[in-house]
Amino acid sequence: MIELKNVSKWYGSFQVLTDCSVSITKGEVMVICGPSGSGKSTLIKTINALEPFQAGEIVVDGINLHDPKTDLPKLRARIGMVFQQFELFPHLSVTENLTLAQMKVLGRPIDEAKAHGLKYLDRVGLIAQKDKFPGQLSGGQQQRVAIARALSMDPIVMLFDEPTSALDPEMVGEVLDVMVGLANDGTTMCCVTHEMGFARKVSDQVIFMDQGQIIENCSKEEFFGESSKRSHRVQDFLSKILAH
Amino acid sequence: MLSLDLSFYNWGLVTNYLLKGFLFSVQLTIIATVGGIAFGTVLALMKLSGKALLEYPATFYVNTMRSIPLVMVILWFFLIIPMLIGRPIGADLSATITFIAFQAAFFAEIVRAGIQSVPLGQTFAAEALGMTYGQNMRLIVLPQAFRNMIPVFMTQVIILFQDTSLVYAIGAYDLLKGFEIAGKNYGRPIETYALAAITYFVICFSLSRVARKIQAKVAIIR
Repeated sequence: MIELKNVSKWYGSFQVLTDCSVSITKGEVMVICGPSGSGKSTLIKTINALEPFQAGEIVVDGINLHDPKTDLPKLRARIGMVFQQFELFPHLSVTENLTLAQMKVLGRPIDEAKAHGLKYLDRVGLIAQKDKFPGQLSGGQQQRVAIARALSMDPIVMLFDEPTSALDPEMVGEVLDVMVGLANDGTTMCCVTHEMGFARKVSDQVIFMDQGQIIENCSKEEFFGESSKRSHRVQDFLSKILAH
Repeated sequence: MLSLDLSFYNWGLVTNYLLKGFLFSVQLTIIATVGGIAFGTVLALMKLSGKALLEYPATFYVNTMRSIPLVMVILWFFLIIPMLIGRPIGADLSATITFIAFQAAFFAEIVRAGIQSVPLGQTFAAEALGMTYGQNMRLIVLPQAFRNMIPVFMTQVIILFQDTSLVYAIGAYDLLKGFEIAGKNYGRPIETYALAAITYFVICFSLSRVARKIQAKVAIIR
């Protein structure tokens, strides 16, 4: 469903992504991990064209991102994204956050948008907060609302950019639980994360990136199970992370 | 010791001389604020557009207007506009056009700073949901930018109200002119100018208190 072929990106003369090729099929959960600055966030942001790229090709559900005829806002509406800093709209209530894009982008009438949004809000366990404002919620609650907001658009794939990295350790669990639930329901997901426990539990494919390149691209079993067969860089990374 | 005779200060003074000027000053302030914010927002968006064709004219306009003293701009517009349109123009109308044009430049910088004070992640989130540039600006960025900029806006309005007294240069009948004429008619220049200062102070001080109340109400908790 999503194909990245030899994607490269430069900021000026500095190359941040080098020849990245990724393939995500429907219903699959892919995890992208690696050290900071490896280009993981940049890579996931190229998938929904939030970050432009200069070389290579990205095709999402048959639509080529570099095709001048592609309606990017329309395509982005079909791809859900959850950000590290949650990025709820602070001047709007939780319900308004959920319904705004449904009404303005998808053209749904307000009652339908509300019912739809609140259904997902209930699914993430926060229906009681529907009239609160983001500033009144904890980080974990805000992130769960952000997930509900993305789900309300009925996307074909959910992208997660380090969704738990900005959370207090106590709140990481509640967000990961929601994500595990989504994975078990067959949602196509691509997550940039440091949470290896989550990766081991629900992922199908694991990608390891370092310095803008994809070092490892294999199944979960191969990544965690047969780690001795993986490259040194990956073994190094795993030994440090899994030591906790 | 100054001997001040305030016996002339009565309701007649206010209605005959001051009310007309006061209304003009207030009207000029409101029109220049609304027009200034409207055009200033357009200029700010042009400056932030990333397109050189829009950026250069906007930057040139803003820098020019902010580099020339307001009193000079008032005089220039008063002399140049009749030449451009071929017929004379009243001081009131000239002052109104001048102030809108001048305030647009100042509000452009305020609005630009306001827009840039909204975290870029908000725009990413809006785009990720499928919003266009226009929807993002209208629904997400500008509402937050304006709320952030209210204290600075109000300061600008207070300064603007004081600056309206500069229409003195082209003889328009504003609040200060009202006091001046009253002072001449009653033969009490010192008292009237003292009253003028107090009046301006009371108005501006009240505006700054109102500003603080508005700011507390619409402040966004992040």
